Amino acid sequence: MALKVLVGCKRVIDYAVKIRIKPDKLGVVTEGVKHSMNPFDEIAVEEAVRLKERKLAKEIIVVTCGPPQAAETIRTALAMGADRGIHVEIPLDQMDTFQPIHVSKVLAKLAEQEKVDIVMLGKLAIDDDSNQTAQMTASLLNWPQGVFASKIDKTDAGLEIIREVDGGLETIRTTLPAVLSADLRLNEPRYATLPNIMKAKKKKVVKMKPADLGVDMAPRIQVVSVEDPPVREAGQTVSDVDDLVAKLKDKGFSSA
Amino acid sequence: MRGLPQLLSRAKRVRVGFSASEPVLAIQAGILQPDKFTQKFVQIRGLKSSKVRSQAPLTAVDNTDSGKQLKQELEAIVGPGNVSSGESVVLQHGQDEGPHQGKSPDIVVFPSSTEEVSEICKICTKHNIPIIPYGTGTGLEGGISAVDGGVCVNVSKNMNKILQIHQEDFSAVVQPGISREMLNQEVRADGLWFPVDPGADASVCGMCATGASGTNAVRYGTMKENCLNLEVVLADGRIIHTAGIGSRPKKSSAGYNLTSLFLGSEGTLGIITSATVCLHAIPESVAAAVVGFPTVQNAVDTVVMTLQCSVPMARMELLDEVQMKACNEYSGLSYPETPHLFLEFHGSESEVESQTETVRDIAADNDGGEFQWAVQQEDRTKLWTARHRAYYADIALRPGCRSLTTDVCVPVSALPDLVTATKADIAEHGLVGPMVGHVGDGNFHTMLLFDPADPEEFRKCKEVANKMARSAIALGGTCTGEHGVGQGKMVLLEEQFGKDGIDVMRQIKGALDPQQLMNPGKVFSRN
Repeated sequence: MALKVLVGCKRVIDYAVKIRIKPDKLGVVTEGVKHSMNPFDEIAVEEAVRLKERKLAKEIIVVTCGPPQAAETIRTALAMGADRGIHVEIPLDQMDTFQPIHVSKVLAKLAEQEKVDIVMLGKLAIDDDSNQTAQMTASLLNWPQGVFASKIDKTDAGLEIIREVDGGLETIRTTLPAVLSADLRLNEPRYATLPNIMKAKKKKVVKMKPADLGVDMAPRIQVVSVEDPPVREAGQTVSDVDDLVAKLKDKGFSSA
Repeated sequence: MRGLPQLLSRAKRVRVGFSASEPVLAIQAGILQPDKFTQKFVQIRGLKSSKVRSQAPLTAVDNTDSGKQLKQELEAIVGPGNVSSGESVVLQHGQDEGPHQGKSPDIVVFPSSTEEVSEICKICTKHNIPIIPYGTGTGLEGGISAVDGGVCVNVSKNMNKILQIHQEDFSAVVQPGISREMLNQEVRADGLWFPVDPGADASVCGMCATGASGTNAVRYGTMKENCLNLEVVLADGRIIHTAGIGSRPKKSSAGYNLTSLFLGSEGTLGIITSATVCLHAIPESVAAAVVGFPTVQNAVDTVVMTLQCSVPMARMELLDEVQMKACNEYSGLSYPETPHLFLEFHGSESEVESQTETVRDIAADNDGGEFQWAVQQEDRTKLWTARHRAYYADIALRPGCRSLTTDVCVPVSALPDLVTATKADIAEHGLVGPMVGHVGDGNFHTMLLFDPADPEEFRKCKEVANKMARSAIALGGTCTGEHGVGQGKMVLLEEQFGKDGIDVMRQIKGALDPQQLMNPGKVFSRN
């Protein structure tokens, strides 16, 4: 029974970029800054493609919620091996208030509409570090969740997933359909090759708005301020060990 | 190998920083002029010191009027935050990753544009001060050592942009601060990659300066085949483009091939401020294989036969049994400790399959062992990480030791004899010398390990290295396949080219750098 997989991916600021805070202190500078697919989503797409290569999946639909520029992210996923794409367009100026709860509602709606067996996401996005979307999507759908997956296998009854948790590795079994989220060590994503990039241009991408799925975009969280961490103070050179001990005493680090 | 267990079990202290004996070794190796500290040390030990070079270096920059004036003039060009004579800064900028003790420059400057580099050169020319270009400091032949002091021009810190990427033309233009891994990160989304991969994550422009190569050269070429144009600042400040201003065609018959002249010139003719390099399409399918052999001869014969069958191998790496042991211990692998070939195949799925079949058969014909495969990205990465970490794995074999990494290249047919002769020589001298080779190019490296506190051992390593280089030259090869000449191989270069050949090089240098300011003391001597 070959599975249908819905993979979510997000366009984020590239991990190598030095982040700068906007002057209004309500966000970070995104204009003119290099963006790419969230690294955990790359891992999710790669896993879906490998499921297809193992003949466990028959179709991979990649979905992104983002501004018009996010079309590139979908193309990358298609070049990696996804079959078709859905671009839920959010105007660029509304991206700041588009939050995980909205994404979860979009994904849940699409999962039902497309009748998928697996919703595969990255465990978190590197811009907001929320780590909420997979869990909320599972909850909305009332599906089992296998998050922080570092290995995914198909069993007769459903899926066996090894999860990376603080104490080590946890193995769980779920039925299908299920929501999964990819952790770092699940796989190493492939690079898109030129022939696949060319093929991806011909694959279908459907555009829609959140309203088309009945999702209201009103924000539930308000960002109050975004600030740089405090600037590191210059160190003080000490002349010898006695001086060091005296300074430590002064600052209250040593009572002796 | 004789004496190996004893060598490995010798107690070693952990080395932090530079040990006192290194200057001594370098002096004995004829590389370094003694500074004040070393002179005193040499006196105490009653050892002979070599002659001090004639051109007096700037000393104590902040304490002399000329030094202070120079600093001011440089600050006027690049800004006060971008000039430094601080001890740790100059120390870092004189020492690369090779075994030879480097000499610190007097001042380090961090320009932000080609025009600033030009102005810096004009100042240095006016005051007759040596100029040493600096990229990532990852060279192995002491190329950045400021033998006569001078101004080190660090072109990688502030000049770190990818200026252009031309996806359809398969080329990119980069500044010196862009390393090969940074370039690859940028272009991989376009389905492209930059295939020249020396061990370090080196500056692409620095790779042009040394004529670098890596594991992919057998199919994709070295830096020489992958560079279309260079922007170079000459000693007098003139800025030229070696293939034409803004030119980036795949081929050209226009004028002298200046690109070739500056490629591999190791900073002795000018400072490279940008490079136009070739990109290649990421292969559709990649497979990696590993196969062990009873002897090095078997492995090398396999390589020769594979090339003669015109299999378009992407990578063919030879690791000898000593290296396999080191890699096992360092990277947690469990390969049998015999010579191994690490192979990589690129192409479409069907091409890769048929190439692999062919090579599997050739290996079996040469008594190859189990032919291990990897296709998944992470499995292949694990395989190649172990190979790329070979240097560090070797150092870990004898904690506290350093390595004299040799680098010779011969016609492939001469490889079996040279490799086996070298291994015998290493054993005879009682050294530990793991061997890693880009055998597809006839190029191999031995990591000759030495205790920095043991000058006799370093001397033996040098002896083996020089003997190897001379054998390579005699077999129709070269004394350096990819690392460059730097300081350590100047004598060998003379032997390879003969006096007339080197004289032509001297004449060219004399024409472009009449005051002999560009990276003095490298590649060949003044006369």
